Amino acid sequence: MFPFCFEWVNDAAHFVFMGSLYTVLGLVFVLLNYCGIRAFLDYLYEREVEDK
Amino acid sequence: MDSALIPEGVKRCSFKKFAIWIGVLTIPTLWGIYAALLCWGKALNQTNLNNNFPFGFWIVADLGVIALGAGAFFTGFLRYILKIEELKNIVNFAVVIGVICYASALGILGIDVGQPLRGGFIFWHANVHSMLTEVAFCITCYFIVLCIEYLPLVLENRRIDAYRFFHFLSHRFHQAMPAIAAIGVFLSFFHQGSLGGVPGVLYGRPFAYRSGFLVWPWTFFLFILSAIACGPCFTLLITWITEKITRKQLVKKSVKETLAKIAGWLLASYIVLKIIDTIYWASSTAPRVGINFKSFYANQPYGIWVLITEVGILGIIPAIILITKQGRSNSALLILASFLNCAGIFMNRWIMTVQTLAVPVMPFDKFASYHPNWQEWATTLLPVWIGAMVISLSYRYLPIFPQERELNPA
Amino acid sequence: MKDIHSEQKTYKFGMVIDLDKCTGCGACMVACMAENNVSFRADETDKLRSITWMRVYKMTNGLPFPDTEVCYIPRPCMHCEGSGHHRPAPCIAVCPATATDRDHETGIVSQIYTRCFGCRYCMAACPYHARYFNWWDPKWPKGMEKYLNPDVSPRMRGVVEKCSFCYHRFQRAKNKAYAEGRREIREDEYQTACAQACPAGAITFGDLNNPQHAVYKMKNSPNAFRILEKLGTNPKVYYLSTKEWVRRGVDHYLEEEAQD
Repeated sequence: MFPFCFEWVNDAAHFVFMGSLYTVLGLVFVLLNYCGIRAFLDYLYEREVEDK
Repeated sequence: MDSALIPEGVKRCSFKKFAIWIGVLTIPTLWGIYAALLCWGKALNQTNLNNNFPFGFWIVADLGVIALGAGAFFTGFLRYILKIEELKNIVNFAVVIGVICYASALGILGIDVGQPLRGGFIFWHANVHSMLTEVAFCITCYFIVLCIEYLPLVLENRRIDAYRFFHFLSHRFHQAMPAIAAIGVFLSFFHQGSLGGVPGVLYGRPFAYRSGFLVWPWTFFLFILSAIACGPCFTLLITWITEKITRKQLVKKSVKETLAKIAGWLLASYIVLKIIDTIYWASSTAPRVGINFKSFYANQPYGIWVLITEVGILGIIPAIILITKQGRSNSALLILASFLNCAGIFMNRWIMTVQTLAVPVMPFDKFASYHPNWQEWATTLLPVWIGAMVISLSYRYLPIFPQERELNPA
Repeated sequence: MKDIHSEQKTYKFGMVIDLDKCTGCGACMVACMAENNVSFRADETDKLRSITWMRVYKMTNGLPFPDTEVCYIPRPCMHCEGSGHHRPAPCIAVCPATATDRDHETGIVSQIYTRCFGCRYCMAACPYHARYFNWWDPKWPKGMEKYLNPDVSPRMRGVVEKCSFCYHRFQRAKNKAYAEGRREIREDEYQTACAQACPAGAITFGDLNNPQHAVYKMKNSPNAFRILEKLGTNPKVYYLSTKEWVRRGVDHYLEEEAQD
């Protein structure tokens, strides 16, 4: 699953496949943090919320 | 009793009535849970699966429910990426249905595999060349995405929304929704396709095997197209059922017709490509390994009627209804077409898995038939009851339908 | 896998089964079950749930009496080579957890029981029905634990198993050779249980690449053929028969395809 695992092979299939997984998980993680941190800052500074 | 939790401006039945409804759903749920415990406790001999049919009803249900749940990502794609604003009135419900469908798929898989506690091995020892690995990765990630898409709906519950932080949080989630939807589209494209790749790469099973483009068999693309064709129709079907039970109109007819039109044209495209694929498979792919395709349909119940039903009755007919204005605007025909569409795709999943295994490959091998037993039925229907409970709770306490107030003035 | 193979002696173990000699007695099936701790139930009437790593099929020429002919076909795992890196054996291509793989040293398709989580995709992929699922936990009759082969791990419920060409015997032969200061093992040092048990001598096992081994010559016989050759699985189990109907009976032919 990870490059340091004994079964890892440095070929295109591993880079594309596992790379996509890490990218997606990373993006989801970043988005969640973005929403959480922005919401927390909104809460702290009582910002006006535009209509959804 | 729970009026503080009910969205503003809408009416709901009494809590007592609701509790009875949930109680009624609990009974078949317990039956399903009992069957699941039997399978986990006593092993998979509890089913009608055997060495000829390692895949059976559960796999069909998995593939089927994921195809039906494609309405979530596709409606999200139409709403957030293609900016079809009208669909904002049904996308929330599509997400709820999607969450239920994908949770069902994961739950059924947890019962289907022989060693569920080793489920993590598909990640830890992943074979990157296997279609099933791609399926597992994408479904897991997409389920996470769906939960993230569902979360703002929960946060918009009146009581939860009263807390300022959650109010801001749901707002920020809505802001990020196009990005989340885009990730969902990417993941869904690949797992819907990989589910098609699951039978399509089986070069030892000429009934299922297809040639294709690079590493992807044609079934990869056919499964994506069939999923986005039936997903919106499944959303329409469940909306109709919900409207019947709640005795309210929840979504405007125009929204339904827009979704139906899109689904209809996708279904029509799918049927055309499916027919081309079938002709090529019958005239080229199968004969290359010495098989006359008629031999695939030599044993009942898998006669040629299967092909005619799947493509004709459950494919061409609903496509015609959905692409014509007269068909779409007639509510009864719309629902009939949606049902036939969904049934056709479900049947396709059965054909690509169970019929594939029924057809003997070694000429001296015998044909065997399979049907699911009560444990398989009970566990497969379990998501239906739980899904009904989730929809009931979501409908009762969350503002799922933006047009409800307008369509049902107090 | 990382490249550690450059100095290793490699084999291509395979089998040649002479169908003209096979009587269908089933001794190979019994020997295999005993050697490999294959589990069984008190009631084995449901053959679709029996585990038979080696299984004898019966094929007839379809003609009525007195022209009826019968042929018995022992079918172990074919240990398919596949064709190329991008088309391995059908089962190896599909296993999501890499619980099955072809060994570079021996050509044997292995199964890691402790890694398999029982998705059964490999069973769907295999056209030879060579793979079996443990629908139950094994339950040995009282006292039988003493008769189990200590070289072969038994399998618990929920995992797939199949013929391993008695790989544990290869390991024993390798250890013995190493102890004697040899790297290469001889033909008679590593034989499968089914090959040894066959009273008619119908099953021959060895290194298909080694000209000294019997299987090397036998596989090149004009009467040699493989089951479902056209699928491209490239199996390592060959069959011999002088009968045309037997050779044709194990693969598919379109009506217009002429007999060879």
